Amino acid sequence: MTTTEASPVHDVDFKLELYRSQVALRRFETRAYDLFLENYVKGTSHLSIGQEAIAAGVAAAMRPDDWTFATYRGHAHTLARGVAMTPVFAELMGRANGLMAGKGGSMHLTSVEHGVMGSYAIIGAHLPIACGAAWSAQYRGTDQVAVVFFGDGTVNIGAFHEALNFAAIWKLPVVFICENNLYMEYTRTSEVTAVARPAADRAAAYGLEPILVDGNDADAVYEVARAAVERARAGEGPSLIEAETYRHGGHSRADPGKYRPDEEVALWKSAERDPVSRYRTRLLELGVDESALARIEAEVDAEVEAATEAAKAGAAPGEDLLMKDVWANGGAEWRN
Amino acid sequence: MAELTYREAIARGIAQEMRRDESVLFLGEDVGAAGGVFKGTVGLFEEFGPVRVRDTPISEQAILGAAMGAAMTGLRPIAEIMFADFFAVCWDIVANEIAKSRYMTNGQMSFPLVIRSGNGGGLRFGAQHSQSVENWAMMIPGLKVVVPSSPRDVIGLMAAAVRDDDPVVFLESKALYPTKGEVPEGEIVDSLGTAAVLRQGTDATIATLGLMVPRTLAAAEELAAGGIDCTVIDVRSLIPLDTQTILRETSATGRLFTVEENPRVLGWGAEVASIVAEEAFFDLDGPVVRITTPHIPLPAADTLEDMALPSVERIVTTVHKAMNS
Repeated sequence: MTTTEASPVHDVDFKLELYRSQVALRRFETRAYDLFLENYVKGTSHLSIGQEAIAAGVAAAMRPDDWTFATYRGHAHTLARGVAMTPVFAELMGRANGLMAGKGGSMHLTSVEHGVMGSYAIIGAHLPIACGAAWSAQYRGTDQVAVVFFGDGTVNIGAFHEALNFAAIWKLPVVFICENNLYMEYTRTSEVTAVARPAADRAAAYGLEPILVDGNDADAVYEVARAAVERARAGEGPSLIEAETYRHGGHSRADPGKYRPDEEVALWKSAERDPVSRYRTRLLELGVDESALARIEAEVDAEVEAATEAAKAGAAPGEDLLMKDVWANGGAEWRN
Repeated sequence: MAELTYREAIARGIAQEMRRDESVLFLGEDVGAAGGVFKGTVGLFEEFGPVRVRDTPISEQAILGAAMGAAMTGLRPIAEIMFADFFAVCWDIVANEIAKSRYMTNGQMSFPLVIRSGNGGGLRFGAQHSQSVENWAMMIPGLKVVVPSSPRDVIGLMAAAVRDDDPVVFLESKALYPTKGEVPEGEIVDSLGTAAVLRQGTDATIATLGLMVPRTLAAAEELAAGGIDCTVIDVRSLIPLDTQTILRETSATGRLFTVEENPRVLGWGAEVASIVAEEAFFDLDGPVVRITTPHIPLPAADTLEDMALPSVERIVTTVHKAMNS
């Protein structure tokens, strides 16, 4: 994919915002990990440290009324759409001031007002659901686009194939983004997948072009996402993008990630591969003053700090929430 | 009044709602130009066209995912799962996604959708095309479940289901498709969560559903001839459940029987029996008795299937024996 001169990706202010977004995702996730260790966050969580360029780059290519469908590894995708940190931290901590008042938790972050149409914890389930939203946009003629993120492991579940075929035959405005971080959970995806490129090598089966992008380069991600979103909006149908990346940590809170060679982890964490470090270097090379970057970093740190404290200050959800909102009438009654 | 088949009532019920509301769409396998494998949707494609009545691939997860995504963004889709047995291949979308997402998101989303499906036995299709799965759906918090037994109820409950803001699993008894009933002219809109007392008696109350309704009514006539006068309740809606009607009619006669097509274990009658035991125990003159399909996969051969499903004869014999012991 070539970068056109008209693209905002050449604009330094645009790049600084993309940097800010990546720094925010990195520092949010780092703090979320600390909050686990301090037992403020219970249950489980799946961090996007190392994968920030994808969530940030794609979000920058979306219109505010477009829709995001994320996975259980969805903190970054939720925040990248403009959701504030405080309700997300509070949701992780199970507080009443959480994004869903503590009823969903880390794996189900949703903010309809930001177009974040849910985070789904069953592999592949949200691909057909995103197709449904795209179908709705197509039927109502709103030119909204549904963007659905999923991991490399998802390409081996049936819902992936049903959704890709469905989107292709109905020419739905949906962008499928496979974040290939090389490992499903504890197993290398290449060991259990018939093709080398888990998503791109399957595009042809649905009449789609194979699209591969360096998922640790936010500019490159932005460019392919922009093209795919424009294509969808123009009524030309779905796209399937494979973005190669790496998670710095394990699959989830409980996983130290020891099944990966040390040198591989070190390579992906290095300043040359890490998306945030790379982007910082790129900005400096473009002549951006270090102080401008330091200011962004300090502002993000202050935001993380304030959001952490505001989330911690939230009350535990009350019993009134327990029996609320099973049904559209707000209640949970199933009999008279 | 006109006489319609249960099958014709499906298309009329869907058409009634699609004419009224452009946000109602219909999708499923072979539902469009083919008019449905059971011919339950004949005429819809011709009237509403290929944009609102859409044929899908054999992709049940995609069908229900599409319905869910459409519902969360403001449409009111009706999706067909051809045979209720096929819910097993898309149950994640039903049980994990559609049913839970409103609650998990603290009410940010609504899912005004209907999943209609051909349910149950009687057609000699064997174990993978004959199951009665109402109890699968009933046990999932967040799903409403209705089972009409007459053409009039098909139309009225379809309207109620489409207009409801929650997901409704609408189970049609396949063996009832050719049966006929009187249907008034004009719009018919029923309500979810209401049972119907189809026959008033004094000696025993029988609660039943779907295909078992006509069998129970026939059994009640035989029992009356033998001196046992039964009330027959068509439960119609499992969630919401019209418990008050069941409790009232049980207390009035002092006896309760359930006639269920589902296999024995954890059929809906077990929940009904539990409620009655807790809330009307002292009005009972004898134990609650459940008449169900045995806890077996359904066999194909006509003789075996007839032995498995509750029959008029088995209902009569069971009630008679219980009332005289």
